[in-house]
Amino acid sequence: MTELALSIRGLEKTYDNGVKALRGIDLDVAAGDFFALLGPNGAGKSTTIGIVTSLVRPTAGSVRVFGHDLATQREAALSCVGVVPQEINFNQFEKPIDIVANQGGFYGLPRKLARERAEKYLKLLSLWDKAEVAARTLSGGMKRRLMIARAMVHEPRLLILDEPTAGVDIEIRRSMWQFVQGINAAGTTVILTTHYLEEAESLCRNIAIIDKGVIVEHTAMKTLLAKLDRESFILDLTAPIEACPDIGIVHLKRIDATTLEADVPKGTTLNELFDALARTGIRVRSLRNKANRLEELFLSLVERGNGGAR
Amino acid sequence: MNAAGNIEALKTIVHREVHRILRIWGQTLVPPAITMTLYFVIFGNLIGARIGEMHGIRYIDFIVPGLIMMSVIQNSYGNIVSSFFGSKFQRFVEEMLVSPTPNWVILTGYVLGAVARGLMVGAIVLVVGMFFTRIQLHHPLVTLATLLLTSVMFAFAGFINAMYAKKFDDIAIVPTFILTPLTYLGGVFYSVSLLPPFWEKVSQMNPILYMVSAFRYGLLGISDVPLGTAFAVMIGFTVALGAFSMRLLVQGRGLRA
Repeated sequence: MTELALSIRGLEKTYDNGVKALRGIDLDVAAGDFFALLGPNGAGKSTTIGIVTSLVRPTAGSVRVFGHDLATQREAALSCVGVVPQEINFNQFEKPIDIVANQGGFYGLPRKLARERAEKYLKLLSLWDKAEVAARTLSGGMKRRLMIARAMVHEPRLLILDEPTAGVDIEIRRSMWQFVQGINAAGTTVILTTHYLEEAESLCRNIAIIDKGVIVEHTAMKTLLAKLDRESFILDLTAPIEACPDIGIVHLKRIDATTLEADVPKGTTLNELFDALARTGIRVRSLRNKANRLEELFLSLVERGNGGAR
Repeated sequence: MNAAGNIEALKTIVHREVHRILRIWGQTLVPPAITMTLYFVIFGNLIGARIGEMHGIRYIDFIVPGLIMMSVIQNSYGNIVSSFFGSKFQRFVEEMLVSPTPNWVILTGYVLGAVARGLMVGAIVLVVGMFFTRIQLHHPLVTLATLLLTSVMFAFAGFINAMYAKKFDDIAIVPTFILTPLTYLGGVFYSVSLLPPFWEKVSQMNPILYMVSAFRYGLLGISDVPLGTAFAVMIGFTVALGAFSMRLLVQGRGLRA
């Protein structure tokens, strides 16, 4: 039987102001997985992570981390978890080396080992040259990487990243993902929430989508992407067109004189689309996805939940 | 986490607290030294010389224990309330809350940090006082026990204040409107036996009177209240405030949603 890094059953949370953030969710994350937890703002992602990291108290339900019940074996469960929160939450007046080493101390690491680990992870995240400056002087990307180093100091079996790349430039994002993929390959289970769905699609093997406190999808990424019944492409044309042609097999929409949007159903190949366009005298210079595949599915699932139609 | 892990976590919190006290020494250690020097010069030397003796002791010597106690109370309270509220405000308290560090270790760590500052400031005031006075230690154990109990008790009180506080104003209200008046009316500058009987009775409801009196007994050998009563009051308040602090932390008031 596959070992579970995280097992959630019937989790509910109603805040003091009456807001029902979670309405009885079940969620399993296998050990070693790279798992995406996605959902629109206010869906319940951060509440779920808050409960797993003990910052939020559940109203009902249970959470087990590597078999340890969070309610009855809190310390054993939390020892397995490292978390990178959405908001900056370290002492801005402390030095990165102290922030990371102190976190090791909170997990019971002896001071010497904690400082060695702090050095290791600050170096791995390219922050070692900033180890002795006040943390408030770091750039936004550096602060994010510092929180990853802090979360890794006790070498957790489960790393939770709550929108770690928000506001981070593309180069730093790539280096962060390289690091996280490396630790996942070495055996650490990773749970990721992000608004960059292309990141989730390329990094994660399994996915859950949460909306209005309910899990609306919980499956393998490949299985989910296979459900996509159509993909939208933006086509840049070599010459302007006066009107939108009707080619039958694909619905087209004219964006401007040299741009078309093509809604390609599953089963129709791009060769068929290009052939049909060529027959009407239209040649395509380049094409790109209107949105990435996961984004399309995500929107369709969430809109279905809202009673909308695509 | 095992016992060794808990000790490492405790050492980390205390280390961080002491490091903070020393990092901002201009705010934590220097002001009490300046304030107490002024007290000794003005109330001790200038005004005290005209007052004469109190219970057969020079006035400047009489006020030394009260001034040390006042510093210990204000700094133990001030350290924990500002440090813990600061960690709530900047949210880095979450570093501890998401870790396996037990609540009692968090509370003990912050209290030890506050006691460290109380003792550092107490020692500074004692050294300053030695330039102006001729005090001798009459009962070292009573002195030390009073110092520690007082510091721990006000550390708990400061912690409770920090747990309830939602904005910086909330951590200034108690020291300004409760702590300072109680300290000044707790027999720091006078013996409550000088008061009319009614006000003497009222003063006996002030817990700070018992701390100042016990500490004065340790340093000078005189006290306004029986020593046993003083220790019973101090221990009682310390246990009650400690239990309440722990309860708030376990409930996660203002910390966990």
